Amino acid sequence: MIEKVIFYVFAAILLLAAMLVITARNPVHSALSLVLAFFTSAALWLLAEAEFLGIALVLVYVGAVMVLFLFVVMMLDINISVIREGFARYLPLGALVGVVMVLQMLLVIGAGVGEGQVSLALADAAGESGAGGNNIRLLGSVLYTVYVYPFELAAIVLLLAIIAAIMLTHRRRADTKHQDISAQVRTRKDDRLRLVRMPSEVDDER
Amino acid sequence: MLALSDYLALSALLFAIGMAGIFLNRKNAIVLLMSIELILLAVNFNFIAFSHFLGDIHGQVFVFFILTVAAAESAIGLAILVVLFRNRDTINVGDLDSMRG
Amino acid sequence: MKTIYLLVVLAPLFGAVIAGLAGNVIGRSNAARIAVAAVAVSALGSLWVLYQHVWGGAPVFDETLYQWAQVGGLSLEVGFLIDRLTAVMMVVVTSVSLAVHVYTIGYMHDDAGYQRFFSYINLFTFAMLMLVMANNFLQLFFGWEAVGLVSYLLIGFYYRKESAIFANLKAFLVNRVGDFGFLLGIAAVLMYYGSLDYGEVFAAATLRPDMSLSIFGTEALVATVAGVLLFIGAMGKSAQVPLHVWLPDSMEGPTPISALIHAATMVTAGIFLVARMSPIFELSDAALSVVLVLGAVTALFMGLVGLVQNDIKRVIAYSTLSQLGYMFVALGASAYAAGVFHLMTHAFFKALLFLGAGAVIVALHHEQDMRRMGNLRRYLPMTHITMLLGTLALVGTPFFSGYYSKDVIIEAVHAADRFGAGFAYWAVLLGVFITALYSFRLYFMVFWGEERIDPHAKAHISHLPGYVLPVMQWPLVALAVPSVVIGYFTIEPMLFGGFFDEAIHVLSDNDVLAKKGETFHGPLAFGLHAAVNPAFWLAVAGAVVAWFFYIARPDLRPALTRPMAPLIAVLERKYGFDELYRDGFAGGGRQLGALFWRGGDQAIIDGVIVNGTARTIGRLAQGLRGVQSGYLYHYAFAMIIGLLLLLTVFVGRWQGWF
Repeated sequence: MIEKVIFYVFAAILLLAAMLVITARNPVHSALSLVLAFFTSAALWLLAEAEFLGIALVLVYVGAVMVLFLFVVMMLDINISVIREGFARYLPLGALVGVVMVLQMLLVIGAGVGEGQVSLALADAAGESGAGGNNIRLLGSVLYTVYVYPFELAAIVLLLAIIAAIMLTHRRRADTKHQDISAQVRTRKDDRLRLVRMPSEVDDER
Repeated sequence: MLALSDYLALSALLFAIGMAGIFLNRKNAIVLLMSIELILLAVNFNFIAFSHFLGDIHGQVFVFFILTVAAAESAIGLAILVVLFRNRDTINVGDLDSMRG
Repeated sequence: MKTIYLLVVLAPLFGAVIAGLAGNVIGRSNAARIAVAAVAVSALGSLWVLYQHVWGGAPVFDETLYQWAQVGGLSLEVGFLIDRLTAVMMVVVTSVSLAVHVYTIGYMHDDAGYQRFFSYINLFTFAMLMLVMANNFLQLFFGWEAVGLVSYLLIGFYYRKESAIFANLKAFLVNRVGDFGFLLGIAAVLMYYGSLDYGEVFAAATLRPDMSLSIFGTEALVATVAGVLLFIGAMGKSAQVPLHVWLPDSMEGPTPISALIHAATMVTAGIFLVARMSPIFELSDAALSVVLVLGAVTALFMGLVGLVQNDIKRVIAYSTLSQLGYMFVALGASAYAAGVFHLMTHAFFKALLFLGAGAVIVALHHEQDMRRMGNLRRYLPMTHITMLLGTLALVGTPFFSGYYSKDVIIEAVHAADRFGAGFAYWAVLLGVFITALYSFRLYFMVFWGEERIDPHAKAHISHLPGYVLPVMQWPLVALAVPSVVIGYFTIEPMLFGGFFDEAIHVLSDNDVLAKKGETFHGPLAFGLHAAVNPAFWLAVAGAVVAWFFYIARPDLRPALTRPMAPLIAVLERKYGFDELYRDGFAGGGRQLGALFWRGGDQAIIDGVIVNGTARTIGRLAQGLRGVQSGYLYHYAFAMIIGLLLLLTVFVGRWQGWF
């Protein structure tokens, strides 16, 4: 019973936060609402016994990705009025699409309840026994054996993302001072030294 | 006792909100990215829920990879956004039509 | 004997290869020497073969020398069939060829393509020998096409001259029409007689003379169909109406070629073919009637065209057409031996006339128009005399060879009672008058009357030592001798002595020559018989008329020609055959081609299929271009809408909405 209460409370906060994300005038508010949505999601995942992923969501998303979002939002000088134009005009269409989609999916889920419940309950029992309580151990034992190559690939993807992000945003500013070693080494005498032949001067003042 | 359908309904709602976000914030690239994060979150919810109710850990492995790829995606997406802003002084998607046929 | 046969055939091939491939290495005179030597070897060999077959009692040689391929039951072979018919042809071919080779040394003396020319005529000799010596249809066809090829090459020998190229293309195309029939004929023979070997085919044909086949629902004898189809091939090669149009134009080639290929040998291949195929033709009166009527038409009407030509070579060319018509008339009347006999005599005197004409042309610095000649007997006495002999032989002067061969044909036709024989008799009889008329017209215009020579040409004429090179005169003399006497000595053995019994098969009902033989009392009597022979008096009349209008009273000529102007116009246009072919067949073909080109290719294939596809895709893309707005959110919308639709479809199908 308590689980149900917790679930519905967090679910309500999550939906509210999500609504805020897409409706907030200020992108900073959107980002902050998204942080809230991630937090509540993490809580719900903990409820679903996905402890590692819940923690990971908080650490990775709230800690890293969302900070990046906030950083970018604040760094960029955004003209909100221009960006918000057409919001009201598309509100009915967006709402309609969303509502239709939700209704259809709920239809599927609602129909699945009757027949699905039994098998899910069976599975539930199997899961309880197999999980053994320690989610992290379980996940790790699969991740480092069966999924070891995809795991390595995921690491490479992340590395690639780092390099790509750096390469994209990196630029050499014109006003910074820096040494070009190879240019220094390449220098020849003719580049620096100029010999001028001129007649000797007589000091008239004397 | 919580049922699978509770999670799935929540996920469906979250997905629809993310979708509506793309419609509503069609010119704001940052909020577009955030909407995509919402949609991915909805997908992850489904995986977690099924993993939990089927007692199968592989669903969580999938979520793990999705998180990885999503993190990479938002990092690169934001980097592109920064470069875009630097070059064109705007992130208004309505101004970006150089791919017009 | 086999060695000799091979030597006869291969010597010219050897000469052709040497002169053709190594011509520039060994030089002009060496190439000529090798070529002439090769043909001389061949000619001597042929004479020896003829001697062996006529007097030496050599048996008929029919042997396969080389099997090229075996296809099912069909064997493709190279083999020789040497009997008296072949031997006569070999001698005619090689001896005329030798004369022409020698003559060529002088005629082509200043030509850049000297070695090439020798290579070609050597090759021609080889091909012609392969044709006449064949013992199967495949080899016959090989020789047939090879002589056609060499003819094509030689008509277009001056390949920078546009009219020569046009003429050789024309000859090639017209011959293809004939070859189409020829190939069908060979196919019919193979299909119904089951072999390509002469001996087997003739045996099968004789065994089952009544075999018939059905064409488009009409029953016809196999012999008739095969005979007519083979004759179509002969028509093409021997230039019979209506496939004669290429021969006059072939005079674009060098004159020795006109003599060798387009008068003496290649064009007589058709005659040889029909004579060789006598066992098949004898089975079908219808096929022989076709041969007879078309031959008679050619003999009369092509001679008439010769009356209005002014180009010296073209007059002789039309004369050749007419004489070939005579030969076919003889074949059509079942007097095969007479046809071959005329072939032989004609080969000598027509080659003589052509070579004489060539001598005149060279002397006048390549002037061919008879209106700019005249009185040349003063300058070219030797040529004059030999050409006079040739002319006399052609028109049928008693005791000259032409008299015997032509007179036998006329009498044989008279004796025949085949469909069309009556028409043919009057045609060939009238043809005698026409022949005399155009021959003496040529003779008088060139050698008598007032001098109308171009001053420039006249300057050239006096350059020449004795006006004509000796190397060009000797062949004239060498040919003049047989032109005059060969008929007298050979008529009795060849026509009435059973000379061709092994080679030519004549049903006894059809054997008009045997009937004539009963009243034949030697060549002398036959010659004296001319006095009561209408043909002789017609020839005399022709000569007199020519003399009257060209020498005695040229001023009266307009009075004669004016009332006949429409007729002359028709003759000058050669009955409009060229126009018919050019505008009718070729033009029609071109128009049909243009129709397909414009309508089919340009409009449908290019317009609709190729460009139409591109245009449709272009328009489609033009429309789709608008969709490609470049705005990110449009694509996102499209994706979401699509997702929604897919979801709706899946849910709908599952729920049974639709």
